[in-house]
This record gives sequence, C-alpha cells and structure tokens, in this order.
Amino acid sequence: MQNAKAAQPGPFCILHFAFCIDMLSRDADSLYWMSRYLERAEHTARLIAVGLNQMLDQTAELAGLRWERMLAALRVAPPEELPSDAYTITSNLTFAAANAAALVDCVSLARENARQVRQQISSEMWEQLNRLYLRVRAATPEQIWQSGPIEFYQAVKEGAHLFQGVTDATMTHGEGWYFIQAGRYLERAGATAALLDAYFQPFLAATEGAPAPVDFNDWVGLLKCCTAHEAYCKIYTADVQPTPVAEFLLLHGEFPRSVRFCADSLQHALHAIAQSTGSKGAGRAERLAGRLRASLDYGQVEEIMADDMHADLVNIQRQCSGIHAAIYQAYVTYPVESALTQ
Amino acid sequence: MLIEHSARANGHSLFGSYFLDAAYDEMFDPAGTPRPHFLPLYQRLHELTPRDLQQRQSYADLTFLNQGITFTVYGDGEGTERIFPYDLLPRIITASEWAVIEQGLKQRIHALNLFLHDIYHEARILAAGLIPRELIYTCQHFRREVRGVQVPRKIYVSVAGTDLVRLPSGQFAVLEDNLRVPSGVSYMLTNRQVMKRAFPRLFANYGVRPIDHYGRALLTTLRSLAPAHRPEPTIVVLTPGVFNSAYFEHTFLARQMGVELVEGRDLLVHDNIVYMRTTAGLRRVDVIYRRVDDDFVDSLTFRSDSILGVAGLINAYRAGNVALANAVGTGVADDKAVYAYVPRMIKYYLGEEPILPNVETYLCDDPSDRTYVLERLDELVVKAVGESGGYGMLIGPHSTAEEREQFRLRILENPRNYIAQPTLALSRAPCFIEGRVEPRHVDLRPYILNGGDEITIIPGGLTRVALRKGSLVVNSSQGGGSKDTWVLFE
Repeated sequence: MQNAKAAQPGPFCILHFAFCIDMLSRDADSLYWMSRYLERAEHTARLIAVGLNQMLDQTAELAGLRWERMLAALRVAPPEELPSDAYTITSNLTFAAANAAALVDCVSLARENARQVRQQISSEMWEQLNRLYLRVRAATPEQIWQSGPIEFYQAVKEGAHLFQGVTDATMTHGEGWYFIQAGRYLERAGATAALLDAYFQPFLAATEGAPAPVDFNDWVGLLKCCTAHEAYCKIYTADVQPTPVAEFLLLHGEFPRSVRFCADSLQHALHAIAQSTGSKGAGRAERLAGRLRASLDYGQVEEIMADDMHADLVNIQRQCSGIHAAIYQAYVTYPVESALTQ
Repeated sequence: MLIEHSARANGHSLFGSYFLDAAYDEMFDPAGTPRPHFLPLYQRLHELTPRDLQQRQSYADLTFLNQGITFTVYGDGEGTERIFPYDLLPRIITASEWAVIEQGLKQRIHALNLFLHDIYHEARILAAGLIPRELIYTCQHFRREVRGVQVPRKIYVSVAGTDLVRLPSGQFAVLEDNLRVPSGVSYMLTNRQVMKRAFPRLFANYGVRPIDHYGRALLTTLRSLAPAHRPEPTIVVLTPGVFNSAYFEHTFLARQMGVELVEGRDLLVHDNIVYMRTTAGLRRVDVIYRRVDDDFVDSLTFRSDSILGVAGLINAYRAGNVALANAVGTGVADDKAVYAYVPRMIKYYLGEEPILPNVETYLCDDPSDRTYVLERLDELVVKAVGESGGYGMLIGPHSTAEEREQFRLRILENPRNYIAQPTLALSRAPCFIEGRVEPRHVDLRPYILNGGDEITIIPGGLTRVALRKGSLVVNSSQGGGSKDTWVLFE
C-alpha cells in the first residue's frame, strides 16, 4: 500500500511545489494590527454617525448625556469640562492626536501596518486601504462639517467594508488571513462589550421611580451602533426592549457583531493558525478563546442581567486582553531559546 | 533652433516650443525630421490634444498615488509622501542600438566581477601595475574583512544597474557602475504598467520587448547562489525598514519573487547559521538579497552602532552558510576613481576592447590632472568618488564662484576623494510639460542580472529625466523624474 502511494506522480499531490509558507512574526503582528485598527476606525465612525443622527431630534440636555455615553463606549476618558457641541466632540474623536481611538489615526495606523506587509496582502487590498487613507487624510473638521458630516463617516464605514470584501475575495485564506480575522474579532468583541456596558450600566443602576436614563430611542441607537437594528427586528419585531437587545448583541450565534459570534470566529481563527504553524505555545491562546466562547454559548441573558452584568462585560474585555497577550507569547515575542530547542 | 510643425495647422502647438541644439535628440534628427522609430509616436501625438494628454497624465499620477508608489521626503517633522514624477511619453530604443548596449554591459559586468574576485584574492591586476595599489587600498568601500572569502560561484555582482548616457555623436557611454544596491527597478516595471493603460493601442502596435519577467529572473539569479546542499533554499529580501526611501521597491521585489521581506530584527545568527523568526518558530535562511549597505549589515564586523543589520552575519557568510547578493565589498568597483580604470580591466581580464566607452575622467589625485581640473572648475563636473544619488557634486557651468571655491579647497585637502569629468551634453528626449512637448535631458539605467554562466539584461531600464529646463541632474532626490523605456523587437 505504501509503495503504491509512493509511486503516485506529482500532480496528484496538491501543493507539491509549495515551499516557504512560514510567516514572519513581524508580518503576523502587522496584519493583526492592521485589522484591529481598521475595525476600531469603523466602530468609531459608526458611533459618531449614529450620534449625529440622533442629534437631529433631541434636547440639549439629552445631547450631553448621549455624547458622554459615546465617550464611555469608545473607552475615551471624558474631558474635564464636556464640550456640548457636536462639532467639537466629533472633531476630537476624529482628529485629536491624544485620543487612542481617533478615527484618522486609526486609519493611518492600519495603513502604516499594511505598508509593512505589502508583500503579504494583495495589491487590491493595499489600494483600497490607501484610498481610504488618502480620503481621511485630506479631510479637515471644517470641511467635514460643511459638506455634511454624516456623509464623511458613511464613507469611512464603506471604505472599511470594502476593504473586508476585497480581503476575502483576493487574499489566500491561509495563516495571514486568519491573523486578520483574529485581530478584527478580538477588537470587535472588546468594543461591543464596552458599548453594551455604556448603555446597560446606567440602565441597571437606575433607581425605581426615577426617569429611565436610557429610553426607547437610545436602545434603537444602540442597535444601530452595531448595524443590528434590522436584524433585531426580524427576530424580536420592532418592539425594542433592553433584555432582548442584550441577548441579541451579547449571545446571538449568527449575527456578526454579537460578542458570541466574535468569540466563536476568534477561536476558529486561532485554531486555524495553530494548525498551520504547529507552534508549541499555541494551546494557551486557543484555550482562552474557547473559554470565552463557551461562557457565551451557554450564557442566559436573564441570569446575566439579574447578576452583575457590568462585571461580566468588564470581564469579557479583560479576557480579550488575555487572549491578545497569549497570541503574542505564542507567535510574536516568544523567547529564541525555546525555539532553538525544538 | 525651433522646429516647424504641421501641428500648428491643427490649431494647437504641442511642439511649439521644441528646440534642438548640439545635444543628441532622441526623437528628431538634426534637421528636425522625426527619426523613423519615433514616427508612429509623433503621429499619434498629433491626433491628441494637450487636454487628452493632460487627462492621461493625471490618470497616471493618480495611479501612482493610489498604489502608494511614493518616496518619503523628510523635513517639517512629519514625513510627506511624494510620487516619483512620471513623464507620459516613452523613450524608444531600436533593436540595433540595444544590441550594442547589451553586449557592452555583459562585457563590462563580466570584467568587473573578475576584478572584484581578483582584488579580494591574489590582486594580480595590482601586481601587474595596471592600477595603483594605493588607489584600491585607500578606497572607502574596500572591505579588508572579506579578503579571501569564498563567494558562491565567484559571483560578486549579482545585480547591477549601470548608468548610461548618450553623447552628441549618438553613442552610448557608461557614466557609473552601480554595483552596491542599484535602485529604481520597481519604477521601470510600474512605469510600464501605467504606460500600457495610458497608450494601449500605440503600445500594442509598436512591437515593444516585454520586461515583466524581471522578478522571476531575479529569483533564478538569487537561487543560483544558494549553498549546494540546500536544494530548496529560503531566499529573503533584507530591507532597512519602512522609513527607507526605497521601501516601496523592497516590498515590490519581495512580492514579485514571492519571498519574505525581512528587517534586521527578524533575523538572528546562531552557530553561524542565519534564522528568521516566524510564527512557526525559527527558519533557516540561505540567500539574502540585501538592500542594506555594507557598513550597516553586521554590527560585529562593520559599524557597531547599526541596528539595521544582523549581528554575526559576516561570520555565517564566511562559513559559507548564507549567500549575500551583492557580495560584501563590491563598492570598491563603484568608486568613481576606480571607474576610470575599467577599460584597462576589460583589456586585462578579457583581452577585449571595451564596447561601451567610459566618459573621460580626470583623477584629482594625479598632479597634472589636478592642475587641469582646478583651472577649469567652471567647465567640468566634479564628483566625490564614494557618493551616489547626485550628492557631493559640482556642476561647473551651473555653479557659483563661492561653490567653486569650496570645491577647490576640498579637492586640495583630499584629492583622492574627487574626480572630474567634462560637462556632458546628455541626450534629450521629448517630455510632456505643462501642456506642451519639450525636450529634456535623460540618461538610461538598464538592469543587469549576473547568474555566473549567463548574464541577463532586461530589455528596457529606467530612463531618468531632468524635468527642470536646462538641468543636467536626473536623480529623484534632485528634482528628476522618469519615463518608460521601450526597446523594440526590430
């Protein structure tokens, strides 16, 4: 039997001539961060767009509350004195260099990482990301505001979506692609958890009888922040209620922005990377992602909300950091001595 | 003299300010008639309005910008990215002209490679008295550290990009041999891609020899350097990093060849074997196409403050465990004073007459040459011997008295460091400038791959253009641009 197999001519053996499929640690690192930064930019753009839309029908008092909540959702420390006008707040979120989530910086960093792995990504991917970069770099706060701010943030979202589509269509779905997936879903899981926390913490902390700090329009806004409004209505109807919103955004198995979906995709990506590299340190990252996924797979929304939901959401973000550290330990910053003894 | 053109009759004067003088014009003969191989282009240009051309030019510029084919200019804190100016009109070379260039370059690279081997081994050419010993041993790019090192298949120069200029007689001459890390090949290839989109019909009918096989030819050349016991060698391109002005080219070449692009920090040497750090652990590296200068390649052997290279690389290289392209120490043949002796090398090693002449060169180290040079600083071009990229240069006719005085003092202080050449009337080619076609000075850098048994020259090259009117400097750092270069089948 073995002899017969050995006699098989080359063409039956797929990838017979493939060689050098290992990926540089630095390249994996750049792909991962390229993806994370772009996801972050898209998230920021979406939140700003929703905020600007809501602004059209709200009182000044409500506006201040909502902007404050948005800063919390983006994990940006609110300034001492919150500027109340939308222009200043959105400009800060879009341009301010001191702000880790500033949109233009995220796009620039995504592009800078892509520039360092030009040979790993397709030319189509690079050109799409570069076009997006040139678009946001050319923008100024005044110009965005004059030509209709929603249009600008819409363009950023579309640019990011297009990049994902081009990536899926033109890049080999191998190790590098999985690092891109891992970066995107890790970033998205943490960001969605933070977003939920910004809405549910004040909602659950509200005392009986006081006016609800989060109203119907806010819950719709939250869904829109995750482009989930239409998908939600299909399942739960247009009757938007806090508990089903939490269930949908936290535990839904098939909606691509739910935390559970992210954890599932993350684990899948890490599994694929572990398979293709055979790295010794791979087990830990995969296990941590699996644990996060399992806790969401078997989670019950009523229990989560009755218990300490804030602690749960913080814990999810902490687990994301842990998975990030494990990925680094396994693939990027492993000690040379351990690799030499293999 | 201005040329009379039928174009004026068409209502637009595309060639209205085209002029001819002593310099060789690539498109027109001295009488102002288009040369036969430029005629189809000339006719096509008359069918187009300046506006059509402007549209194509804008399209080309946008393509470069979108593809990120840029170099970084540093200055005001934040580096800005600029595109390398691209001229829309091709430079066309006939098959017979190319045949001479090709033969001449093969001969020259062959001789230079033999020279490098000789210099780092027996140094017979020095013993024979053909080149002064002190000239070689005082050369700042001579690397005594690699004397006697056995270089794979005795190939010192794997990749070269020789700068040619065309003299008023129409003959091509060699201006410089770039044997260290010649850049610009990515522009040659992308210029062609853009050209095919800007003038598809014209291109299709012209019979232009393809250049797209460069990546594969480079890969074959590098693979031939791998140690014999490594049948499936790992080849990498070593870049100084993303801040290097040629970074785009490094990524481009890595993609064209399908190999890894590495930085010094991705590599390490253990037991004289070079490894790269991958997600699957360490992987052995066999051939390095390095785009890092000798000085920075190994902090244990050369500059100790370098973080661009790999500590211990030269030891692995000496042990024969890794090949470097180009070999360490090729810069000695790049020295502009050593350049003057290349015709003698060709005679000595090959017993042949040089096919491509040198440009007349005066060595400031030689007392009678020096006197001659110092008397004619306002006529000559003075160059520092170890520089490249158009730096450290005095162009006599375009210089101020103050600059000439500075160079006079520098020459007297360190004569070995300077050479002088006559100010050449470089040939001119038509360029599209501000809505008109005007002649500008050009040079030509063909790219040469030396696989030992066979030397391959890609039919084409980078034609660099001095876009400023009257300027003779074509370097991108000094306001130069480039254009596509067509070598015709016949």
